[in-house]
Amino acid sequence: MSIYLNKDSKVIVQGITGGEGTKHTALMLKAGTNIVGGVNARKAGTTVTHSRADGSEVELPVFGSVAEAMEKTGADVSVAFVPPKFAKDAAIEAVEAKMPLLVVITEGIPVQDTAEFYALAESRTDADGKPTTTIIGPNCPGVITPGEALAGITPANITSKGPIGLVSKSGTLTYQMMYELRDLGFSTAIGIGGDPVIGTTHIDALAAFEADPETKAIVMIGEIGGDAEERAADFIKANVTKPVVGYVAGFTAPEGKTMGHAGAIVSGSSGTAQAKKEALEAAGVKVGKTPSETADLMRQLLNG
Amino acid sequence: MDLYEYQARDLFEAHGVPVLAGIVAQTPEEAKAAAEKIGGVTVVKAQVKVGGRGKAGGVKVAKTADEAFQYAKDILGMDIKGHTVHQVMIAQGADIAEEYYFSVLLDRSNRTYLAMCSVEGGMEIEQLAVERPEALAKVPVSALTGIDAETAATIVAEANFPEELRGKVADVLVKLWDVFEKEDATLVEVNPLVKTGAGDIVALDGKVTLDENAEFRQEGHAALVDKRTEDPLEAKAKANDLNYVKLDGQVGIIGNGAGLVMSTLDVVAYAGENHGNVKPANFLDIGGGASAEVMANGLDVILNDEQVKSVFVNVFGGITSCDAVAHGIVKALEILGEAATKPLVVRLDGNNVEEGRRILSDANHPLVTLATTMDEGADKAAELANTALADK
Repeated sequence: MSIYLNKDSKVIVQGITGGEGTKHTALMLKAGTNIVGGVNARKAGTTVTHSRADGSEVELPVFGSVAEAMEKTGADVSVAFVPPKFAKDAAIEAVEAKMPLLVVITEGIPVQDTAEFYALAESRTDADGKPTTTIIGPNCPGVITPGEALAGITPANITSKGPIGLVSKSGTLTYQMMYELRDLGFSTAIGIGGDPVIGTTHIDALAAFEADPETKAIVMIGEIGGDAEERAADFIKANVTKPVVGYVAGFTAPEGKTMGHAGAIVSGSSGTAQAKKEALEAAGVKVGKTPSETADLMRQLLNG
Repeated sequence: MDLYEYQARDLFEAHGVPVLAGIVAQTPEEAKAAAEKIGGVTVVKAQVKVGGRGKAGGVKVAKTADEAFQYAKDILGMDIKGHTVHQVMIAQGADIAEEYYFSVLLDRSNRTYLAMCSVEGGMEIEQLAVERPEALAKVPVSALTGIDAETAATIVAEANFPEELRGKVADVLVKLWDVFEKEDATLVEVNPLVKTGAGDIVALDGKVTLDENAEFRQEGHAALVDKRTEDPLEAKAKANDLNYVKLDGQVGIIGNGAGLVMSTLDVVAYAGENHGNVKPANFLDIGGGASAEVMANGLDVILNDEQVKSVFVNVFGGITSCDAVAHGIVKALEILGEAATKPLVVRLDGNNVEEGRRILSDANHPLVTLATTMDEGADKAAELANTALADK
């Protein structure tokens, strides 16, 4: 088991013919992902050639729209590698087509664009009132279920399958933590992104890991800005029975400066790393001072 | 990016929001000319991106143009909470009957926008929110509709504006939303929004924050940057498309990925506790690629920071392999040549790490020390910085 993504997921790539799209389509295939095609309206009807994990060649069809790609392939996941300028339209297209999972990798999307496509996704619901499209990102590394599939840019060769679920705002800290705990392995690692407005939150991922029988323990990585970690702490206290280990980056960040991620900013006294750490600890989460200490906490937990 | 009051005023005017005359001045002479042009009573207002300027003596009412000259002379160059006043705005004097409050901002927690409005303006909104929360209307604004006529009507009703004013105020709110949306803002605040003696609604003071991610479609915004207040190293880094923030420490930091770099700063600060309390000197994210050129540009910025005594390069090779990063460092040191004088501690991990470390070992550069973990690298870099400080 895993969350969001597994070996049966049928993945399409929006922007499959672009530079980033081409590079990461190759890497996702190598990681075992069942990629069934891509989208580029201007190159509809053509194909792109790549290699699968076993070395066999595969010709992937390029469709004119997400709707067409879904109709022809039964795709249920889309990964968007489109420049910031076109990201809103690409996301709206996926939402309109009722794509079940949309992973937006793009960094640098104006926040009003994200707020708009997120609001649209929230407004499109099924009979049970659940949104027909779940969005992960933007400005994120995506999802990896090691040994099964990758929808994003996480290096697939760091580690393999295991009992740990990981959710993080940051890509490179995800890789660092997977590397530190490579002997144990991961059920799924999900990067939710460092923008002020994101689709899937820490809480969504925590709920999914709690429900996933294969995940035995959870690492949650946060950083300065907003109050997502504080909210996650409340959620953990009320709803999560599995052990959670936490890490927060940005203790030394000055007030009012954006630290790389558009959302990583301390405003006045809100969004500080210290407040997030305290909130998590109050919820019973063990919080590491450094990535390696956090990994040690997890190792102790799992090894008893 | 936060704007100055006069820049916010100009944007308001461009979008049809009622404002009073206001002219920015950099010298007392310009202030006098502006006061003459506006005529009558004017207000000389320090232009700084920090609150509390009134209390600091940065706002003065001038009855004549000569008074405006004198006040501008007093205020220009003043230090308000660490911000030097380089400009004043000469604003038309207002006949204020009542003061209100309005803002619309990005609400991160709810992933939408939030409008806040009160008929009790003039005071700090944080104070009002704490002391009289019932007097502050908070109305969520959908990203799909924005503040349309209907939403504006809800806001003014919830804020308890008297019936006869509601239409007039709502019109202004719709225009302020226009500023927010068309300018890609994340905050538009008017405090105070006033009713004049003649019964007009006017935005008297404005605060606007713009989204830097929208620069590609907001060509005019680049001109709003005040070069005088930019840190020279930050400006140099920006010109090279580097994600750099200057801090007040001694250990220069280069890493890939915002999260890992933030974490590196923290780890260096902890390590510094054992080494004379040295601290990180900067945030620098060179991103995924880490080509030789980017590495050289980054090193160049950091080595030009006089406070820097040692440098910690902390890279996790994800997509990029460590051999490429190692080549980048060797090449960067070649490009910099004699300009590179400070010790470098390099920690590489991840993709193709053995090859990366081998390349650095073979290059055997006298300034480079290899570390095998992030903690060890941070400790070594802090130690080297502390030693360099002690040698002085």
